[in-house]
Amino acid sequence: MTPAVLPDLIPAIPELVLAIAAMALLVFGVFRRDDAAGSVALGAVVAMGVALVGVLSMMPDRALTFGGMFVMDGFGQFAKAMVLIASMLAVVMSGGYMKAERLERFEYPILMLLATLGMLMMISANNLISLYVGLEMQSLSLYVLAAFRRDSVVSTEAGLKYFVLGALSSGMLLYGSSLVYGYTGTTSFDAMGALFTAAGYEAPVGLIFGIAFIAAGLAFKVSAVPFHMWTPDVYEGAPTPVTAFFAVAPKIAALALFARVVYEPFAALHDQWQQIIIFLSIASMALGAVAAIVQTNIKRLMAYSSIGHVGYALIGLAAGTEEGLRGLLIYLAIYLAMNIGTFVCILAMRKTEGMSEEISDLAGLARTRPGLAAAFAIFMFSLAGIPPLAGFFGKFYIFLAAVHADLVPLAVIGVVASVIGAYYYLRIVKVMYFDDPVVEFERPMARDMGLIVTVAAVVTALFVIYPTPLLTTAANAASWLMP
Amino acid sequence: MSGWPILSVVTFLPLVGALFILLIRGEAEIANRNARQVALWTTLITFILSLGLWTGFDRTTAAFQFVERNEWLGGAITYHLGVDGISVLFILLTTFLMPVCILASWEAITTRVKEYMVAFLVLETLMIGVFCSLDLVLFYLFFEGGLIPMFLIIGIWGGPRKIYSAFKFFLYTLLGSVLMLVAIIYMYLEAGTTDIPALMAHGFDPEVQKWLWLAFFASFAVKMPMWPVHTWLPDAHVEAPTAGSVVLAAILLKMGGYGFLRFSLPMFPLASDYFAVLIFALSVIAVVYTSLVALMQEDMKKLIAYSSVAHMGFVTIGIFTFNQQGLEGSIIQMLSHGIVSGALFLCVGVVYDRIHSRLIDRYGGLVNRMPKYALVFMIFTMASVGLPGTSGFVGELLVLAGAYQVNTWIAFGAATGMVLGAAYMLWLYRRVIFGELVKADLKNILDLSRREIYIFAPLIAVVLWMGIYPKSFSDFLHPSVEHLMTQYQQAIAAHDAPTKLASVEAAQ
Repeated sequence: MTPAVLPDLIPAIPELVLAIAAMALLVFGVFRRDDAAGSVALGAVVAMGVALVGVLSMMPDRALTFGGMFVMDGFGQFAKAMVLIASMLAVVMSGGYMKAERLERFEYPILMLLATLGMLMMISANNLISLYVGLEMQSLSLYVLAAFRRDSVVSTEAGLKYFVLGALSSGMLLYGSSLVYGYTGTTSFDAMGALFTAAGYEAPVGLIFGIAFIAAGLAFKVSAVPFHMWTPDVYEGAPTPVTAFFAVAPKIAALALFARVVYEPFAALHDQWQQIIIFLSIASMALGAVAAIVQTNIKRLMAYSSIGHVGYALIGLAAGTEEGLRGLLIYLAIYLAMNIGTFVCILAMRKTEGMSEEISDLAGLARTRPGLAAAFAIFMFSLAGIPPLAGFFGKFYIFLAAVHADLVPLAVIGVVASVIGAYYYLRIVKVMYFDDPVVEFERPMARDMGLIVTVAAVVTALFVIYPTPLLTTAANAASWLMP
Repeated sequence: MSGWPILSVVTFLPLVGALFILLIRGEAEIANRNARQVALWTTLITFILSLGLWTGFDRTTAAFQFVERNEWLGGAITYHLGVDGISVLFILLTTFLMPVCILASWEAITTRVKEYMVAFLVLETLMIGVFCSLDLVLFYLFFEGGLIPMFLIIGIWGGPRKIYSAFKFFLYTLLGSVLMLVAIIYMYLEAGTTDIPALMAHGFDPEVQKWLWLAFFASFAVKMPMWPVHTWLPDAHVEAPTAGSVVLAAILLKMGGYGFLRFSLPMFPLASDYFAVLIFALSVIAVVYTSLVALMQEDMKKLIAYSSVAHMGFVTIGIFTFNQQGLEGSIIQMLSHGIVSGALFLCVGVVYDRIHSRLIDRYGGLVNRMPKYALVFMIFTMASVGLPGTSGFVGELLVLAGAYQVNTWIAFGAATGMVLGAAYMLWLYRRVIFGELVKADLKNILDLSRREIYIFAPLIAVVLWMGIYPKSFSDFLHPSVEHLMTQYQQAIAAHDAPTKLASVEAAQ
């Protein structure tokens, strides 16, 4: 019998930092009650910052720990850095909103912290069990966050809906995992990978079913069609900063997890899962492009927009090549900048009587708030994928991978969907620039918000001048998942 | 060759001007005035600098000149600029027309002047970039990027149906170009580079060429625009502000023709040969049909817009004749049309600024009150019709000569268009300028102001220069066009040789 030794904790330092900080802040918050909300939020940001430094300073070596359940490598490093940045910004963005809506509670930043911890665990999962634990940790925190406005019917409805459908998808994921375990006899990704690549391995039908169920569970988490039904309602119902959080960090984490699952254990079964992902991708792009056209609520519109963007990101996965993975990572990084920026703009839509979410209230923004409108327009054109903005490059590398992997029809469907999708992004620009002003938003934007939106706009607009750092980092990160 | 990066400077100088305008603060009146001044001086300096291309250009070679190359996206995608005889004149056309556009908007644009000038300067950068990029991805960036400022120009400062037109313009052109993007990616993976000179020498598989050609065609046909995908053009033209119409007609439309010359012909010669019939058919239909449609128009801008489609039909016929006259004729026709149609839109703008109507019926007898205007309008009408001595004549004659060598019927169809063109232009002129001056508000209409004379004088000079001594322009073209033709003929010959051999063997 081997003696019980402490596992190697070094690769998991960022996670440990977040876990300890979450517990410490919880204790602190309980003692200080609600006047502690501000300091707890600050503490959460600092903890995430420390974790980010920890992630960035790690040696990009593949390190296994906790009995091979937890893996840290260059790919995880890139994805975790994106998740942490997105979460930090989401906490910062929440401050002003929560104060104005009288939702300042100390649990809020802690829930975000725990959700982020779950995401980091997902990214590092190297076993079906750690995958599930990370995913549930993230999801449970997100359910509560969606329902955070307890006295609002839409918010509680959003939380409940998210919870019920999320539980269903978790069930599917577990069912798939059990099938996979039953047919392979292991839950470890490494062991599975070795099994599938062994010469003469034929995948039994039951295993394919297992993969399909796992894919369905993950598709729910990334809100790919046909598992997207919760997205518009949850996006609309949740408090706006929570929506901003939902739109970016969990998406990145779930797509990174998706990528690890299909590239590491199931890499050899490429033909089997590729069809599933191609279908998810086409359906998401098509629905995201068409369904957003009729929306009048900006948060609902962003929900459909995010469904469409997941469709594009999935093209990178469907390619099943290193290039595809690089495209996915570039896409996610650019998506992060565009979406955070867009949501700061949405948070600035504050009238004297409260938040506005109607697109028509943006009318004439170019005249009342030219700077904000310009930033908003940059994000919209970029989300539509118009060069020379950053969003174009995200799509470019995705399509590049698709064409290289002989998926030309998928690329053609993608570009056509992007033209249809361009319509509703343009519609927002039209409302801001062509229409006459009707409502005046409350003027001063908090300084930190102004800074975030400026940085996001500059990154989106000027990415074209110096794209190399992102391109090379993403290429390095992608190379880690390839054998 | 000079030591400084003239192409980058000319391309990005307008962007610097735009930044300056963004920094202007102060009272609305003064800020507007400053914005106009900065925009005018930026475009003028850009034009003066671009004259360095005219003087420094080596007219004896087909090679790319003023080449600049820098790392950009890593790998084979680089920041690669350069011009040859085909592109250099388009850059000069752009820089020449931009100050004219700014001047034409001097008094017509009173709302949101700063944004307007910024949009135009950004547009100038993107247009020049299209003509001098030697990398496909870079080209695509400029080509597509131009949609954003144009969308805003039409949508903010346009006429009553501006929103519909702006969307139609944007989505039509976007749909055309995204297919080109897929083709660009395919070519990159196939050839391992997006460098235009390298791709010209690559020689794609004949079957693949057809698909790539069609993808590029989708983009250029919409941009050009060719019948039947021209319907965005009349809408966009009618609703855009005067200077917007000028830029649209004079420069943006030329990107389609330029694209055929730069990409379709040299990169996919076999497919170009294969699809030439399709182009001829569409072009002849365009020439005849849109001329007839133009005859029926009641709106001056719409009439000129349809005449643009017809003239672009000549250009595509010329390009796909694959002979020296046809190719050079089509380029000269594009340059001439750039100036003439731009000037005609300016002419409409002159009376529109005074009466605020573009309907032909609203006018009549203007010659009595506006003799100078009548003269200017007449010169450009004649140039549009193709009167000898004006720029329009040279291009149309060469295109017809080129078309005649290929097929008499094509030349016949194109010639019909010329006749119809004369009909609708002269009829327009008669209805607007001649006749009794009966309408009350026309009785005290003012003739051209000094500013307007400054706008038209250089345009008239260039139209006559191109008509009387076209050699100074065609000198630029000869080596490049010859090079293009040799490349094309070699590709056809290389493709035919093995098949002929095979058929000889089969016969034996």
